[in-house]
Amino acid sequence: MSILSIRNLSLRIGQTDILHDVSLSMQHGEIVAITGESGSGKSMTALSTMGLLPGGAAPQGEIILDGIDILQTPESDLCHMRGNAMGMVFQEPMTALNPVQTIGAQVAETILIHEKTSKAEAHKRAAEMLQRVGLKVAPTRYPHELSGGQRQRVVIAMAIALRPKLLIADEPTTALDVTTQAHILDLLRDLVREFDMGLLLITHDLAVVADVADQIVVMQKGRVVETGPTQHLLTNMQHPYTKALFEASGHKVDLPMRTTMRMVSAYLLHAKHIVREYPLPRKTILGPRPVFRALDDVSFHIDHGERVGLVGESGCGKSTLTRAILGLEDVQGGDIRLDDEPVFTHKHPNLVVRRKMQVVFQDPYSSFNPRHRVERLITEPFHLLENPPTGKAREAAISKALQDVGLSFEDAHKYIHEFSGGQRQRIAIARALIIEPELIIFDEAVSALDVSVRAQVLDLIADLCRKRPLAYLFISHDLSVVRTVTDRVMVMQAGKIVEQGKTEDVFTNPQHPYTQSLIAAAPQLPELPHAVETI
Amino acid sequence: MSRNLIIGTALSALFVTLAAVSFLWTPHDIETLDIPNKLQTPSGTHVLGTDHFGRDILSMIMMGARTSIAVALVAVGIGMAIGIPLGLLAAARRGALLDELIMRGNDLVFAFPSLVIAILITAVFGASAVNAIIAIGIFNIPVFARLTRGAALPLWERDFILAARVCGKSAARISVEHILPNITNLMIVQGTIQFSLGILAEAALSYIGLGAQPPTASWGRMLADAQTLVSIAPHTALVPGFAILLMVLGLNLLGDGLRDWLDPRIRVARV
Amino acid sequence: MIRYALGRLTSLVISLFVASLVIFAVIEVIPGDPAAFMLGVNARPDTIAALRAEMGLDQSVVTRYFDWVTGLLRGDFGQSWTYKTPVAELIADRIWVSLPLAIYALILSTLIAFPAGIYAASHRGGPGDITIMGATQLGVAVPNFWFAMILVLIFAINLRWFSAGGFPGWDNPFQAVKSLTLPAIALALPQAAILARVMRSSLLDMLGEDFIRTARAKGLTRRQALWKHAVRNALIPVLTIIGLQFSFLLAGGIIIEQVFFLPGLGRLIFQSISARDLIVVESVVMLLVFTVIVVNFAVDIAYAAVDPRLRAKA
Repeated sequence: MSILSIRNLSLRIGQTDILHDVSLSMQHGEIVAITGESGSGKSMTALSTMGLLPGGAAPQGEIILDGIDILQTPESDLCHMRGNAMGMVFQEPMTALNPVQTIGAQVAETILIHEKTSKAEAHKRAAEMLQRVGLKVAPTRYPHELSGGQRQRVVIAMAIALRPKLLIADEPTTALDVTTQAHILDLLRDLVREFDMGLLLITHDLAVVADVADQIVVMQKGRVVETGPTQHLLTNMQHPYTKALFEASGHKVDLPMRTTMRMVSAYLLHAKHIVREYPLPRKTILGPRPVFRALDDVSFHIDHGERVGLVGESGCGKSTLTRAILGLEDVQGGDIRLDDEPVFTHKHPNLVVRRKMQVVFQDPYSSFNPRHRVERLITEPFHLLENPPTGKAREAAISKALQDVGLSFEDAHKYIHEFSGGQRQRIAIARALIIEPELIIFDEAVSALDVSVRAQVLDLIADLCRKRPLAYLFISHDLSVVRTVTDRVMVMQAGKIVEQGKTEDVFTNPQHPYTQSLIAAAPQLPELPHAVETI
Repeated sequence: MSRNLIIGTALSALFVTLAAVSFLWTPHDIETLDIPNKLQTPSGTHVLGTDHFGRDILSMIMMGARTSIAVALVAVGIGMAIGIPLGLLAAARRGALLDELIMRGNDLVFAFPSLVIAILITAVFGASAVNAIIAIGIFNIPVFARLTRGAALPLWERDFILAARVCGKSAARISVEHILPNITNLMIVQGTIQFSLGILAEAALSYIGLGAQPPTASWGRMLADAQTLVSIAPHTALVPGFAILLMVLGLNLLGDGLRDWLDPRIRVARV
Repeated sequence: MIRYALGRLTSLVISLFVASLVIFAVIEVIPGDPAAFMLGVNARPDTIAALRAEMGLDQSVVTRYFDWVTGLLRGDFGQSWTYKTPVAELIADRIWVSLPLAIYALILSTLIAFPAGIYAASHRGGPGDITIMGATQLGVAVPNFWFAMILVLIFAINLRWFSAGGFPGWDNPFQAVKSLTLPAIALALPQAAILARVMRSSLLDMLGEDFIRTARAKGLTRRQALWKHAVRNALIPVLTIIGLQFSFLLAGGIIIEQVFFLPGLGRLIFQSISARDLIVVESVVMLLVFTVIVVNFAVDIAYAAVDPRLRAKA
């Protein structure tokens, strides 16, 4: 008998259609993954199942959990079911916990509101549950003292404290590092087997899906387009959207060979022994201030026309390094030079160097001043030039930059809110290209994009390399992306570059244990058995 | 247009018009006393009645609106003109000593409520409308400085500011070009709120004799005069009180309406 | 926690020091010769000389400041020129009206605002919320001293439930509290309106947080999630406002005392201003500012009690 069965679920919020005829069912001990891009309705399906839809939502159809139709159940009974018959884990562990309560109290609360038991007993069981999910800190700690991975374990402990029949996990590992992700996924898998519960996993990451799911549900724009047992679906995809989605996820760009540059003696970018330290709060009142070494003797170089990747987990120093290279922050030790000129001189960034360097940031929604038009946004780097083009020359430059990234000159007079995330990232690239820099830094530039859009932007980057000799530093936590767009890769851990080499060499034959663990932890998309058309 | 915005604009416009018209015309002259006709209840000749000197209350209200609006407006101007640049500067130098100094200075000014500032100034320079402006204006400075800094700090972390820095723009230029336009809405809304608080503060200061002095008409003064007469001629206290209430209410509704219209996410500070 | 408290304490001391410098400068330095200022243009030279001697004006500014501050620390606020009694005594008599009034009003304001704000937030958009928000809109706009006059008109003059003013002293606590009740209501209601609005919006912010959704997923009802998780987190901005309000209640009390003819600090300060008794003004202002700074310090410490993140930080 299935524990969860959703039949013809449709949902409107206000005037907007969110879900159409969504159906799925799952058994005890089964992991069902709902996947799709943003706006596909996967999270709303999860919230409908929990009965936690926002106000004004009008769901229709049936959601039968263990014989009870959620949609017909009054709110007071739903409260008894939540946490008891079904539990939920959310995406953002940093904000999912109440900051002013201890973690033990928050887990115990699940037990206390559903069972008549003493406070001491509930806290004892909470402590056991925290141990079961692999948390090695005391239940008396507060959330802010824990890392993201640890907090996610607390949220899981809360959700499973009463051994619910159904656990819903909405992007539970998206905000986590790849090694932490692997641990959390292992934990979820173990818990499903041990408690014989059903796990409804919501994720956009197809590699995760292929890795852990027993059954896959692919959604697009509020509809289920394809569903089936994982092995069967992977080898036998029917719907074009499913195929396109998998293709885009494993998308390999056709990166042109590095054009051999005229022999230049110096490196384009050369960083020698960089050290950057941040002071930490004092441990004792009069003691010395401890320091955090964000960059610890980092040395590397980038050649003219070379495409270099930088990978590492959050907190490894990637962002600090980016800021140091861009000359946004000075370093305490070492030397960073571009074309043999220091990026930072006498406490001031060196404008001569800045001219040769531009950056594309991660978040397409925060990268632009919402009050300026595109033409003003993308010409901001002209500020670096001594004689910025005016009149016709300026228009020509705008037109060329926009066309280079697949947009048109008409777009120059629009405001940024008129563009989608992918288009915004194109505009960000146009802004970086407009002064024809020698080096571009892509700082997690495709990480916030849906897979299909990501594939297009990656293709665009490869395309640009074909048009001009382009050197870039591609910073990402996503190994598969770095693998496809770089010639050489550097691996960073705790402020140090622990390994660097030709991209293929490092990926196929990693030397450093950390690199090995990173590659092992990254979920792999299975090789698709047949060729598929692109989107 | 929301209901708040319509009612707020109408009420505010009413008092601004009354004040403006008073420059050209008032129903009666308020400089001449007419003791025989004192404390008259509202009638055809005196729409809102007369006070204890027989002066026409409507005319007094019109002249008083002038004082209130002038004092509150200039005080908001002082607060914005000094507070916003300070806030921008503090945000641009966030974490540095200068930021710390500005913010500590703000805390210090906050420890002096505008009434206490008024007391200090009056004790040394004597009471006047100008002193009321200075007292309220000084109090407005940290309000705007804090708000500006608070709104500017998250903007400084946004990628578009980083992009501008990568383009070599100075902190001052970024503050003017990128930060300021993105906090304008907030400042307009808070400015409206401070304007209304200024009206209240001016009335309170002139009520206790620390603000505008006779013969300058002011709503607070009118209430002070009415205090001993409240049992025999309630209208002398009710009319100026309702004038303050409606003007402040109008400005607050206008502020709320503007916020909903410009950007519902704006959070104003109200103390 | 200790480090946090010490940090706040340091800034408390610095604030008090700078505030005293400012007050001293305005009162004793800006007028040039404070003694001549206090006595007016028609004063006889020997009277001025006597006052100059008493105020120690023959000494340097630094010495005078130092003497003033050390005096304050010992509880010696100087001698009033007009009353010919120690300022400390004058203040001691009157603070037993002003301080209870401010505290009474603060309690009333909190007792009204918390339930109103919480109710409005938990019934957002409902008739109760709309009524409460409408009432607070009026409360924010009403001048408290005018409201006080209206209260006198209704409850003292027409209904005769309370006396129209005056203070019988603390010998009879019931009568004392009764005579402070109308003033406290007049002070408290406008502040309660502000506080209720802050409470509501702060709670609504919290109700949109992820951890509330987590709590709901555990099986808490909307109400339980509000009380067990949102309220305590919402207190942080509310505490800030309560701290600021105390200073407004103290200052506002000075005005309200005028309406009710209460013998508090307000009356003392206005009499001193008209008598140009700068010595009294200086000390009373310092006392008011001192209270505000100390209350804000207390609020900072209260934050740490509410928020464990602050306890951990420096």
